Amino acid sequence: MPLNRELVGREYPCSEPYEVSREKIRDFADAIGDANPLYWSKDAARAAGYADVIAPPTFLTVLQFRFRGEGPIADPALGLDYSRVVHGEQRFVYHRPVVAGDVLHASTAIEEIRDAGHNELLTTRMDVASNGGVVCTAYSTLVSRGTASGGR
Amino acid sequence: MPAYDEVAVGAELPVQRLQVRRSDLIRYAGASGDFNVIHWNERVATDVGLPNVIAHGMFTMAFAARALTDWLDDPRDLLEYAVRFSAPVVVPDDDKGATLVIKATVAEKLDGNQVRVTLTAETDGRHCLARAYAVVRLR
Repeated sequence: MPLNRELVGREYPCSEPYEVSREKIRDFADAIGDANPLYWSKDAARAAGYADVIAPPTFLTVLQFRFRGEGPIADPALGLDYSRVVHGEQRFVYHRPVVAGDVLHASTAIEEIRDAGHNELLTTRMDVASNGGVVCTAYSTLVSRGTASGGR
Repeated sequence: MPAYDEVAVGAELPVQRLQVRRSDLIRYAGASGDFNVIHWNERVATDVGLPNVIAHGMFTMAFAARALTDWLDDPRDLLEYAVRFSAPVVVPDDDKGATLVIKATVAEKLDGNQVRVTLTAETDGRHCLARAYAVVRLR
């Protein structure tokens, strides 16, 4: 079944803000094996002009999973079968690093759905802001295998 | 961080190498919240046609970012970062795991002290990222 393209442009605001903790940043930095002192040491981060430790560039993937249940992927109207999905592309546009203590407000929109052979490509855009200022925009392209109208 | 005026197109950033083991994928699943079974369960991974358990694409993207953030003094100078996941990183159930080699090259000098960097990621001699690039700000 092809994805429902009438949903292109629909926004899915997250139901509550995400509070970034220093220990979650350290867990994430540990998991990617990155010892950058700006991710670990409050003193190093302060010396660099931050209020607290900062998060590695791909940390916002945590928000995508935290709020996945209320985003487009979980919308039954979209018709996405997650067992057919692989992650195709990812792009981040940064305005500033995420800092421990940030209260992040995120909203995900369906940016584009198009065919690529037998597959469909679903691109979502997550806008992340804190205190009204944009922090990052994350674009994710998921490959929905075999669901193009010409597909099987 | 190198100065914009001293960086030439074609300049190579320090190469990053990593052994990715099953335990790294378990740890990444917990930290990221991505518990997709194909990243830790060989039975399910092979059932859906994969050669074995594969690494999270975002794990590869996170590791590749280190080529950029180690080169820059401060990650705030990373302005844009994008990858396409072109092939899976297959992680066998042994002590060695998979090898990941990241190379990054200055591809273009832009206005505003910015440069465009292109990246490659190889696992066992095969490219696993395509069209990977970043825009960074130098001093």
